[in-house]
Amino acid sequence: MSESERVQPSDVDAAARREIDTPTSEIATFDRSNPLHLDAGVELAPFQIAYQTYGTLNEDKSNAILICHALTGDQHVANIHPVTGKRGWWELVVGPGRPIDTDRFFVICSNVLGGCLGTTGPGSTNPETGQAYGLDLPVITIRDMVRAQAMLVDSFGIDKLFAVIGGSMGGMQVLQWAATYPDRVHNAISIAAGARHSSQNIAFHEVGRQAVMADPNWCAGRYAEEGLSPKKGLAVARMAAHVTYMSESSLHRKFGRSLQDREELTFGFDADFQIESYLRHQGMSFVDRFDANSYLYVTRAMDYFDLAAEHDGLLANAFMGTKTRFCLISFTSDWLFPTAESRSVVHALNAANANVSFVEIETDRGHDSFLLDEPEMFDTLSGFLSSGAKDLGLPA
Amino acid sequence: MNLLNQNGGRTMAADPNRVDHRVIADLIEPNTRLLDVGCSNGTLLSLLKTTKGVDGRGIELSQKGVNECVARGLSVIQGDADIDLVYYPDKSFDYAVLSQTIQATHDPRAVLEHLLRIGQKAIVSFPNFGHWTLRLQVLAHGRMPVSKNLPYTWYDTPNIHFCTIVDFLDLCKAVGVKIEKSVVLSRRGMQLPETMPWKLRNLLGEQAVLLLSAD
Repeated sequence: MSESERVQPSDVDAAARREIDTPTSEIATFDRSNPLHLDAGVELAPFQIAYQTYGTLNEDKSNAILICHALTGDQHVANIHPVTGKRGWWELVVGPGRPIDTDRFFVICSNVLGGCLGTTGPGSTNPETGQAYGLDLPVITIRDMVRAQAMLVDSFGIDKLFAVIGGSMGGMQVLQWAATYPDRVHNAISIAAGARHSSQNIAFHEVGRQAVMADPNWCAGRYAEEGLSPKKGLAVARMAAHVTYMSESSLHRKFGRSLQDREELTFGFDADFQIESYLRHQGMSFVDRFDANSYLYVTRAMDYFDLAAEHDGLLANAFMGTKTRFCLISFTSDWLFPTAESRSVVHALNAANANVSFVEIETDRGHDSFLLDEPEMFDTLSGFLSSGAKDLGLPA
Repeated sequence: MNLLNQNGGRTMAADPNRVDHRVIADLIEPNTRLLDVGCSNGTLLSLLKTTKGVDGRGIELSQKGVNECVARGLSVIQGDADIDLVYYPDKSFDYAVLSQTIQATHDPRAVLEHLLRIGQKAIVSFPNFGHWTLRLQVLAHGRMPVSKNLPYTWYDTPNIHFCTIVDFLDLCKAVGVKIEKSVVLSRRGMQLPETMPWKLRNLLGEQAVLLLSAD
């Protein structure tokens, strides 16, 4: 993507703000008669879900795949992003003839509850006040996100999804889907995820949230009314998180200790090293498309996720009697969701007598491998989905 | 049939004509549930799925094998027989199969016990280290046999617990296993008569396939 193809920065802020309430995506709206029951013990109504679809829903509505996006992802899986002008985040995977083949399957991807691309989140206008919710929005959980997705799926008249697929936070949602709605999921594919957020992961998220809240422009979450944005704090949060998405070896391979646009060290605190400029760029481009309060909400949702805790501490109980076919994929260099996390889910699924496949893919590219060109992951997805389609008698 | 080049069930280039696979298929009732431990690239699982309507699952140590299996639509997990069998509940399968893998496990006794706990029946196939050609090699050369059929030197083989047929019978006795059926195959893949004494079959058999149940 060349710089000229990108939306100009001055337009980006306005575009990002517009997307929060009036997205370019399709929207499903739910009024007060159809509230969302949140884990926090309150009801959310009215609310809306923004989504994209690809492919065609077949007559008996049996070919629908729900894709769950990761922490800072969105519904724009395989189309140009309305804010950044970049290609879809999983364009390598979703499309005609791709592993998730839109010639065969009807793909739905919605923005998560608590997000900032058109689904109700802290940046959305609170109908009670006419102002953005800010921190008045109840804390959201992964299960709340999934409940909202289920209401969206209902709105299509789809009883049972052919598959639910996602990576990282999306992979958590996949496991939650299978546990909460076992009769509504034929196939569940959870990539680079686990059944809980570890203490270390929570720690990194806390660093990020503290960075956001320490920004003087955060204004206790009411920055929208002040016409401000805590961009520096959010950029720092993104920089810290971004390090966890890569591996030591991939960072070393990409950057080593190479200097950025200079021959020698400056003995100052400019970005001497390439890795520093890279992180600064990652941080700054992120704040153009993401809302700071949304970052607080979605990281919190991941932190609270503990599927075993919902089931008396025994993960196998979450899947007892399930008929869903599972496929788990992990990456050897992922230190955010190491293989051990996937393996413990596999063990629980075995204990629950579930039909499970598990592939660990060797790569040095870390957690973000699921977003990259990983042929073994593509083969796994294609093979697993094709045999699932065959089982159901879907046309090849 | 070069049985011993099968690298403990962990080779990738599985032989579609593996005679022990055909023997195992004959031992299995149609439309049953089966766990194949050390399933390599899924040749046996595929065979059983298509010819017997078996609902099969697999465990395989090698990443390449697992990926091949999943890409061809089989339900297989990356795992280790020595570690992962403990997670399967009692009698969750009709059959637990261990084909050409027991000699590569660290604790064959524990693995065998798990197979009989997880499956109503267990099927174990293994290369017979008591075959006369191997005995002759040791006797003649005073070295661990290395040949086209057994290509590994003693220090880099995945096979760490070779046994003979009568050794395996001892283990069955120790664990309290009933041998429901035994198929011992000659070098040419012919079945030796079940009436033939074990000692003789131990000398002439190149591989054994045993259908076992908890006594």
